[in-house]
Amino acid sequence: MPATLIAEQVLNGLQFGVMLFLMSAGLTLVFGVMGLINLAHGSLYMIGAFACAAVVSATGSFWLGLAASLAAAAAAGALVEVTLMRRLYQRGHLDQVLVTFALILVFSEGIRWVFGAFPLYLDIPPLLAGTVPLPGGLDYPLYRLVIIAAGLTVAAGLFQLVSRTRLGMRIRAGESDREMIAAIGVNIRALYTAVFALGAALAGFAGAVIGSITSVEVGMGEPVLILAFVVIVIGGIGSIKGALVGAILVGVTDTMGRLLLPALFATFLEPADAAATGASLASMLIYLLMALVLFLRPGGLFGKAA
Amino acid sequence: MRALVTAAAALVLCAASVPVSADGLKVGMITTLSGGGSALGVDVRDGFMLAVDQSGRSDIDVVIEDDQRKPEIAVQIADKMVQSDNVDVLTGIIWSNLAIAVVPSVVRQGKFYLSPNAGPSKLAGAGCHENYFNVAWQNDNLHEAAGGYASDAGFTNSFILAPNYPAGHDALTGYKRFFSGNITAEVYTELGQTDYAAEIAQIRASDADSVFFFLPGGMGISFMKQYAGSGVDIPVVGPAFSFDQGILNAVGEAALGVKNTSQWSKDLDNAANTAFVASFQEAYGRLPSLYASQGFDTANLLISALDKADVGDADAFREALRAADFTSVRGDFMFGPNHHPVQDIYVREVIMEDGVLTNRIVSLALEDHADAYAGECSM
Repeated sequence: MPATLIAEQVLNGLQFGVMLFLMSAGLTLVFGVMGLINLAHGSLYMIGAFACAAVVSATGSFWLGLAASLAAAAAAGALVEVTLMRRLYQRGHLDQVLVTFALILVFSEGIRWVFGAFPLYLDIPPLLAGTVPLPGGLDYPLYRLVIIAAGLTVAAGLFQLVSRTRLGMRIRAGESDREMIAAIGVNIRALYTAVFALGAALAGFAGAVIGSITSVEVGMGEPVLILAFVVIVIGGIGSIKGALVGAILVGVTDTMGRLLLPALFATFLEPADAAATGASLASMLIYLLMALVLFLRPGGLFGKAA
Repeated sequence: MRALVTAAAALVLCAASVPVSADGLKVGMITTLSGGGSALGVDVRDGFMLAVDQSGRSDIDVVIEDDQRKPEIAVQIADKMVQSDNVDVLTGIIWSNLAIAVVPSVVRQGKFYLSPNAGPSKLAGAGCHENYFNVAWQNDNLHEAAGGYASDAGFTNSFILAPNYPAGHDALTGYKRFFSGNITAEVYTELGQTDYAAEIAQIRASDADSVFFFLPGGMGISFMKQYAGSGVDIPVVGPAFSFDQGILNAVGEAALGVKNTSQWSKDLDNAANTAFVASFQEAYGRLPSLYASQGFDTANLLISALDKADVGDADAFREALRAADFTSVRGDFMFGPNHHPVQDIYVREVIMEDGVLTNRIVSLALEDHADAYAGECSM
């Protein structure tokens, strides 16, 4: 197996991983700070993608589309937080799951009503099209390289935000003791809305960036949401560092599994059977990884001791 | 999580059923009208309804429901159509995994099933049934033609790619059956996958001189767009499913010049086809795809049987279907012993015509081609 193939797959895994991180960061923040399980996080990803598609088709500018995706997802997130989520913080997780699940249906049907059931396909901006030569003789698509860079930049920014700013301090305080920071006079309602909108904006950004190379369609968020839950369970619920490590672990495992498992099976099976069995097992691999991590560290890699 | 999503999807679906009551023939159409596979279902539905409208018959009731490309939902719809809607004939399924889940139980309950698209090998060989008719093709057929074409075109080393579901397995089996060269690698992807970076990396690293891919609907659009942007320039070939009218519009000029194989093409020169293409464009404002032609033929087959026999007399109705006494838009059409078509398959080329990408026939690939499984069928 040539080294360039391995290198390219590692980059693909990394690209997948940083996008999963953008999804899981919001999910894990919201769970860590507010104790809320938000199943509708995938819908925010979809809203970001559709906002980008709508603005791109109206203006022709990908960059305006990207801005619109951030704005639309953050606005939708803030709206949902103010009108619904606020009432759920004191309730049990089952109530939260029911309400946010209903939100998935509402958002999906709403988008279907406005945009129709046909997927939309976007073109990446000419500036980011094509490939760039990397050391070692590998040509890699520029757009995916930019995604990796953008994802890592956002991750670094998020760490700075959480560890160095006043808002971050309050987020961390909220994670450790919600009642106490309200008692010492922090406007907890505004903090919750800000955290929720921030998480939503990250999801919307991921939706727009990925939707531009794949497709923008109703229900695109749910498969990613499931993966994002896997990521935060692996990383440890509530931990941003865990989300980053978990996301990259899941991204690389999935991508490498799709390459290596069929090759492994080909050593002792017929090519056709090896390809089919390998592909089937590769799609299970991240769940096996999750089971293994939970077996060894029940709280996740960076979670508080369970 | 998955169970919850499924349950919710089922709830959404329940709101969409349409109650109809009338005498005459009742048709239940289960097809894919949402998500990445919706273009196929919409085309089959529109082609079918166009033929029903043109027949001028008011005694055909069609109940249409969206399966969302999910087998469990297709099974629920089929149960409801058979048990409470009392349909006589079912049709419409696009995806082979759904067809395998639905068709055997439906035909066992004495209903007829006319397939406008899916033709899994499992239902063509030992699993064939006297009440199951395939009006499109057996799954392997178009891929067999593609394999034959690739050999004739001088390709000796193919990288082959299809989704991991029954029609994907049939596709690669069919290609390999007629391709005389070497297979560098065969890769199965997930059904509905939208990111092909990992597969394109493997293509880039391979020594293939050709890439054969079967990725219908949205999967094909995503793959072709990403392939065009990847800098890999190994020529691609495929079945018409990877280059149908709906895909070409979204992929753009990257598809220009690609050869693909089909039993139907817009420029097939016969009166029925010319009329079909014109009337489809007039009715829906877009060019028909092969899926639309299959839906149109399915309805015309059904109408031809209805002209001869009453659906209440199952034996007579079955004989009338088997006779295939209708004018197919693809020219000559007859059923083989397993109720699958025996038909010509062509090589097409993607061209630009009046500013729109479309296909044109360049040669005949296989004449009066029957499928490889007919011998295993006894009914």
